[in-house]
Amino acid sequence: MKDKQMTKTIMGIAAPLPLANVDTDVIMPKRFLITITREGLGDGAFADLRFDNAGQLRPDFILNNAPWTRASILIVGDNFGCGSSREHAVWGMRQLGINACIGTGFAGIFYDNARKNGLALPIVSPATRDFLLQFSSDARGHEISIDLESRMITAGDISASFEMDDATQTGLIRGRDDTLDTLEHAGAIRDYEAGLNKEMRISVLK
Amino acid sequence: MSRTLYDKLVDAHKVCDLPDGDMLIYVDFHIMNEYTSPQAFSGLDTKGFNVWRPEAHLAVVDHVNATRGSAPHDAASKLLIDNLQANCTKHGIAFYGLGDPRQGIEHVVVPEQGLVAPGMLIACGDSHTTTYGAYGALGFGIGTSEVEHVLATQTLRYKRMQTMRVTIDGDTALGVTAKDIIMKVVQTVGAGGANGFAVEFAGAAIRGLDMAGRMTVCNMAVELGARAALIAADEKTKTALQGHSHSGQFAFNGESWISDQDAIFNQEVSISGADIEPLITWGTSPDQSIPITANVPCAVDYISSEAKAALARSLRYMGLSEGQSARSIQIDTAFIGSCTNSRIEDLREAANILDGRQVAAGVEAIVVPGSAMTRIKAEAEGLRAIFEAAGFEWRPEAGCSMCLAMNDDIAMDGERVASSTNRNFEGRQGRGARTHLMSPAMVAAAAIAGHLADVRDFK
Repeated sequence: MKDKQMTKTIMGIAAPLPLANVDTDVIMPKRFLITITREGLGDGAFADLRFDNAGQLRPDFILNNAPWTRASILIVGDNFGCGSSREHAVWGMRQLGINACIGTGFAGIFYDNARKNGLALPIVSPATRDFLLQFSSDARGHEISIDLESRMITAGDISASFEMDDATQTGLIRGRDDTLDTLEHAGAIRDYEAGLNKEMRISVLK
Repeated sequence: MSRTLYDKLVDAHKVCDLPDGDMLIYVDFHIMNEYTSPQAFSGLDTKGFNVWRPEAHLAVVDHVNATRGSAPHDAASKLLIDNLQANCTKHGIAFYGLGDPRQGIEHVVVPEQGLVAPGMLIACGDSHTTTYGAYGALGFGIGTSEVEHVLATQTLRYKRMQTMRVTIDGDTALGVTAKDIIMKVVQTVGAGGANGFAVEFAGAAIRGLDMAGRMTVCNMAVELGARAALIAADEKTKTALQGHSHSGQFAFNGESWISDQDAIFNQEVSISGADIEPLITWGTSPDQSIPITANVPCAVDYISSEAKAALARSLRYMGLSEGQSARSIQIDTAFIGSCTNSRIEDLREAANILDGRQVAAGVEAIVVPGSAMTRIKAEAEGLRAIFEAAGFEWRPEAGCSMCLAMNDDIAMDGERVASSTNRNFEGRQGRGARTHLMSPAMVAAAAIAGHLADVRDFK
């Protein structure tokens, strides 16, 4: 498979979501998980924050208010994405139009799921995060820009660097299929298996 | 060179380095459930991949199934269950479905079946796969794209983590359980404090735990952000490997699955066992816990305005007041179950408190054994009779149930649950539901009292 179109820069309006420990139950409530497809999860993303019990938009939630209704970047609190491994959380955020979350640190499984789905998670210092929270709170809705190649975020006159490991950076830019890539190493996998004793191979009883 | 147990496990499973800085690691055993695997199978089919080694996988139904009876409670959950069975049949994968005597919560089933052993690398589309660290195995949760990757390649792309050792020295007091130990660790390290780390638990209080207790500790390590949790294999581990249907299948020779004595960890945390009391969570993050003898925090306890705001938000959701005593919190529901605390040892612990006592009027009390095998064993031991005599509802089918409320065991808006589970997130047990995490014994004590209560008062 050829690489999809390269994504080197992510630009858009950012919304501040400063809560710490936003877990994947909050990002994608369980009632949206009873599905065998990846589709139709946009409505589920942050559903209990976006909608009240009657299904009406909650006016106190940032993404329900202009200009943040158009936000494609979130500035998030510490430990965003903690909890359950459900990749549905990332699928739903992508379907809601979110391309990046900027924070000081992310839960591990969420971080890996994000990479597989083109959701960029730049990691910044607390000072940069606090600045971006303030910058994105401005209702004039100035765009910010994330340059994946140079690992720099630009917001107004300010530029700041972010952390992202090399494999994630490469994966996001190329938008490649990891499984296909790995199968190019099928020989190495077979070599590894050839080195295993018979006592090191599980065979589950049916 | 001296190595940690974690590094030994990673080294033993490394297939090759990849050009982008990741490595490929080999997965000895992979477990699937009905809700995080469907899109992985459809991905395989769309791209035309085969399953690399079908016998190295096990699929279990546990998340969405009803526990009142073996029939699915609605069409949507039936679709998920049937879909998993069809995918397993198509690809030649073992499937332990509803009605199978081996069915249950995946992390309860695996040790019961003897499918975990020191030195193994185990992956599963479930964050609580850290449980297997109790056996000196490297277990961790993965997303659905990675489930597809394991199915197609028997490997994962992996980045070596930093290591943290959490040492709990000294003896713990009577009434303090493995659940209290790990809740204390979560409280100390913080909900994201171990992000990017593999955590090894050490010290006398850990060595003193039985295998069920060690599983409880490693299970909830993910609540401090640990992607992997480990406990060194010892004589107890060796004993626990015997007598199961898959015993002896996996024996990774030539390694002792412990950290070398002078191995260096990137971070060390030390907790005195004597400082641990029976804990309860008061908030909406697993690190928001206090001893049962204490009071809910007040705004003045916090310095930053963010922390004060977070406290206010948690208290509002939980319907609690600043400074309220833990023991004044009235409950509606008591729930014993989940991959953290539904093993036979957990049921014994709760039954010990319930024996000869009655659940308080107005409290709905439910116990869901972790597996069909656990249920049968508990019934044979007379535990069911004790639970039922006390007023608990004994569920005939095993599953995750009200831990995450993906089936029909859903707590109502505002309903307050004393729960032996692992997460007290907003909406976790139902929209608006309020969860207090604690040990199974403490859930039993709360059920009897009608409010959160100190298990040490129920001797």
